[in-house]
Amino acid sequence: MSLLSFLDREHTVARPGFSRWMVPPAALCVHLCIGQAYAFSVFNLPMTRLLGLTQSAPGDWKLTDLGWIFSIAIFVLGFSAAIFGRWVEEGGPRKAMFTAACCWAGGFFVSAFGVSIHQLWLVYLGYGLLGGIGLGIGYISPVSTLIKWFPDRPGMATGMAIMGFGGGAFIASPLSVWLMSVFRTSHHIGVAPTFAVLGAVYFVFMIVGSIIVRVPAPGWKPEGYVEPEQTKKLITRNDVFVYDAIKTPQFWLIWWVLCLNVTAGIGVLGQASAMSQEMFPGRVTPVAAAGFVGLMSLFNMGGRFGWASISDYIGRRNTYFVFMLLGIALYCTVPYMGRIGSVSGFVICFLIIISMYGGGFSTVPAYLKDMFGTRYVGAIHGWLITAWSMAGIFGPVLINYIREYNVTHGVPKAHAYNVTMYIMAGLLVIGFICNFFVKAVDARYHMKADDPRGSNPQTANATAPAAARA
Amino acid sequence: MSTQDHPTTTLQLILAWGFVGIPLIFGVMQTLINSMRLFQ
Repeated sequence: MSLLSFLDREHTVARPGFSRWMVPPAALCVHLCIGQAYAFSVFNLPMTRLLGLTQSAPGDWKLTDLGWIFSIAIFVLGFSAAIFGRWVEEGGPRKAMFTAACCWAGGFFVSAFGVSIHQLWLVYLGYGLLGGIGLGIGYISPVSTLIKWFPDRPGMATGMAIMGFGGGAFIASPLSVWLMSVFRTSHHIGVAPTFAVLGAVYFVFMIVGSIIVRVPAPGWKPEGYVEPEQTKKLITRNDVFVYDAIKTPQFWLIWWVLCLNVTAGIGVLGQASAMSQEMFPGRVTPVAAAGFVGLMSLFNMGGRFGWASISDYIGRRNTYFVFMLLGIALYCTVPYMGRIGSVSGFVICFLIIISMYGGGFSTVPAYLKDMFGTRYVGAIHGWLITAWSMAGIFGPVLINYIREYNVTHGVPKAHAYNVTMYIMAGLLVIGFICNFFVKAVDARYHMKADDPRGSNPQTANATAPAAARA
Repeated sequence: MSTQDHPTTTLQLILAWGFVGIPLIFGVMQTLINSMRLFQ
């Protein structure tokens, strides 16, 4: 069997007896690696001192120029997930994970070369473009596979993988700092070899994931699982073709729900340290603020698993109603906490908000599965990720510019964020309305059994055995 | 493709989960230790 055929979907069909609990670690192998993106900022300061070593020298890269590396990667993530979504769905998870590993690791290698010859455009091309494509393909690659393996708990299953994306930064951050200290010499700061080692480690990790991953045989069901006879109004048994799905109002309503939820969360995530210190001057030190940011990252990760698991019981639409209503209440409470000087109240509010930010990401694949079926859920999810790219621009801009406007108009720094909090609550009100209007997809969009668009891998292997151990 | 039974062993499950779980727990512990500064 050649390498290329080993990657094919038909060679990833699980044999009888394969445990579905092998699939979440396979997904985590990919998501823990690509989650490094959240920790890229640890390289920012060292990369401004590549020539000067101890401090920036003339010709060293500027922080503002380096900021584009992460922005390009996140932008490309959204659009590559949309563009390659159908290919990922039809090619199968192993091929997608392998491609993501090549792009992600390749991005690090190109960046390492770019740093070693001090050419920033190579870092943009490597980490930003190539790495961004790896991010997009890697992010969506295990989604539909997990949903097919866990029809009884799709939220929990995708929550586990997407939790890995949040957790990847926890590993990458200390690992990168340690590697830079190991490779640092009197002649260079150690960024280039760190990139090279990270690329190699991530490649191995992601390849292991692609080897482990399997798709269930057609007709497979978990042991003891009985599909509910009466379907719920908002859970379809039909599939919608990816390019039909993006024509439906439901897709765009969910797009806005995600975009607004992420906008509200991402703005405070990036500014949490400065915000806590400015709202409680003298009481929250820079060291304590750093601890607060760490705690927020933990709740971001925990929320991804927790909220997505809860959504299996209360329903996806209701989960987003909770995000919106609770979010509105909490954003309106933050200025009050600032007024009465309650640091603990402020911290609790933001920890819950950030858990719902993470939960918004992890619950959405199951929401899409409920609305559009499992067949093209990965590809549809890919298109939805563009909401994240947009929110990545809206959120920080809203927080930064409104704060700046307030401060320049004489508002004390301690109160400069109040208006922003009310605006965030307003965004969630719009999100609530969008979620309210999500109804079942019209039957005219459902795929027919003899639909000629793309071969259906679920039926292509109809003779394969269905019994497998859950 | 073989249709013979090929059951996943407990060892395989432990290895797979350990492969991703150990680094993840290490990362979470590091972050938790750093977060404790908030309460100092």
